[in-house]
Amino acid sequence: MDHALRGKSAIVGLGVAGLGEAPGYTSWDIMAQSAQAALADAGLALKDVDGLFCAMMEDSMPVLMAAEYLGIRPRHVDGTLTGGSSFVNYLASATAALDAGLCDVALVCYGSNQRTASGKLVTASRLPPFEAPYKPRYPVSGYAMAAQRHMHQYGTTREQLADVAVAARGWASHNPQAFMRDPITRGDVLAARMVSDPLGKLDCCLVTDGGGAIVLTRADRAKDHAKTPVYVLGAAAESTHRQISQMPDFTVTAARESGKRAFAMAGVKPSDIDVLQLYDAFTINIILFLEDLGYCAKGEGGAFVEGGRIAPGGALPVNTYGGGLSCTHPGMLGIFTIIEAAHQIRGTAPGLQLDGVDLALAHGNGGVLSSQVTAILGSEATL
Amino acid sequence: MTPDTHFKEGLAAGEIRLQRCAACDTHIFFPRVLCPACHGTDLTWVTASGAGEVYTFTTVRQRPERGGDYNVAMVELAEGVRMMTRVDGDPQAVKVGMPVTAYVGDIDGTPAVLCRKSEA
Repeated sequence: MDHALRGKSAIVGLGVAGLGEAPGYTSWDIMAQSAQAALADAGLALKDVDGLFCAMMEDSMPVLMAAEYLGIRPRHVDGTLTGGSSFVNYLASATAALDAGLCDVALVCYGSNQRTASGKLVTASRLPPFEAPYKPRYPVSGYAMAAQRHMHQYGTTREQLADVAVAARGWASHNPQAFMRDPITRGDVLAARMVSDPLGKLDCCLVTDGGGAIVLTRADRAKDHAKTPVYVLGAAAESTHRQISQMPDFTVTAARESGKRAFAMAGVKPSDIDVLQLYDAFTINIILFLEDLGYCAKGEGGAFVEGGRIAPGGALPVNTYGGGLSCTHPGMLGIFTIIEAAHQIRGTAPGLQLDGVDLALAHGNGGVLSSQVTAILGSEATL
Repeated sequence: MTPDTHFKEGLAAGEIRLQRCAACDTHIFFPRVLCPACHGTDLTWVTASGAGEVYTFTTVRQRPERGGDYNVAMVELAEGVRMMTRVDGDPQAVKVGMPVTAYVGDIDGTPAVLCRKSEA
C-alpha cells in the first residue's frame, strides 16, 4: 500500500546563487538571491510563500532571520538544524506540512559566504566538551577516524578513496558551475597534503560561497507551474549521535535505516534509481553511503568505486554536478543534492545531463555522520 | 553531586570514573542522569580499570612551529565505553586494536584522560 505522503508534494522551482565566490555578499544576501531565483523558476514571487524552511550557520534562529530579511510572514516555519542534512530533512517536513494544509507554497533556502568571509567553515556550535580537549580538527578528523576504521576492518585503501575524488572531478569538469574543473588523477589525490590521516586535502570537500533554494507545492497544484514538476516519492531520516565518539559503529551510518524507509515509502528499490546525489563532505562518505543505501555489501564500497564506476561513463552515476568535492560546498551541501537530483529528472542539469532520468536519490548527511536523510524524487511517470 | 561534577572530581583525584546502570549493568560515558541503553535512572559510579584498546584514530597534521602532528584516538575501555582521547608518543605508531592503558594526565593544565601503549 502506498505511503500516505508518497508523491503528495512536488518541487516546482530551483535556484542557486553565488556558487564559488561571492565577495562582499552576506550569507543572507546569497540565501535571498537563491530564493528569488527558485521562485522565478517556479513562476512565483516572495509574496506567495507561506511556508519557510531554512537553516543557516550565522544565527541561532535562522528561519526567523530569513523571514525578516525576505520581508515575508510565513504561517508555517521549520528551522530544524541537523547540519548539512537539514534541507533533505525539510523535504519530509514540507511535504507533511503541504499535505496537511499548513502551507501552500514551501520555500526551502540556504546561503553561505564562508569562503570569502572567513576562509573557513563557520560552525554553529561549540566542540563537545568531552572531545574538545583533544583538539580534533572538525569535521575532518571525525570522518578520518571513520575512514581509518573502515580501512582496518575491510581493507579499504587510500587509492579507493582517491577514486571517489577523481570521479567527482570528472563530473565537475563538464559543469560550468563547478568551482574546481581541472581533471585530477589518483596520484594527485594521494600526493596532496595530508590533513587528518588517512584523509588528504583532495579527500576533503571544497570551501566555497553559495546558496540554493527550492520551491515545493502540493502535487495537485504542481502542473500549474511552468517547469516539469519533480515529485517527492519518499523521504526518511534517522540520527544516531551528535559526538563522533558516540557513533555506534564507525563503519555503519544511519543511512541504512533512512534509505530503507525512503525506498519503502517510494515503493522502489536501489537498482531502480537512475542517478544518485550523495553528500560528499569527504571521500569516505560516498563509500559508506553506497554500502548503507544498498548498492553493495558492507565493506565492499572501496572495490565498488574502483574503475570509474561512479564517474562519467560509469555504470552508476553519482554526484553528476561534481558534488561537494569539486562543485561547491558552502558549509552545508544538502540543498545541492536535491537541486541536482531535480535537474536530472527535469532534463536541465547545468553539467552533464543523463538521458531518461525518472528516479533520483538525494542523500543528506549532517554533523559527523550523525544525521542521515534520504529522499527519492521522481518524474510524473513514476507517480 | 551532579554527573559532571562527580566525573571532574574523579579526574582531579586521578581516577577515571564511569557510571554503571543498576538495572541493565551497562557502563556509561559521558556522564549523564539516565542510562541511554534502558533509560533507567539508578546509576552508580565505578572507577575504570584503565584497560582498553584503540578503536580508531587519526593523525592531525600541524606545522612543526605550531606543535607538530598529534594523535586523536577513540579508545574502547574494558568496561565497554568508548571515548575520545590521545595516545602518547609517535602518532604514526598508533594502530587500530592496539592495547592501551588509560590514565589521568593533563592537557594545557587541565586533567584529561590520556592513553599510553600497554606493555606486552
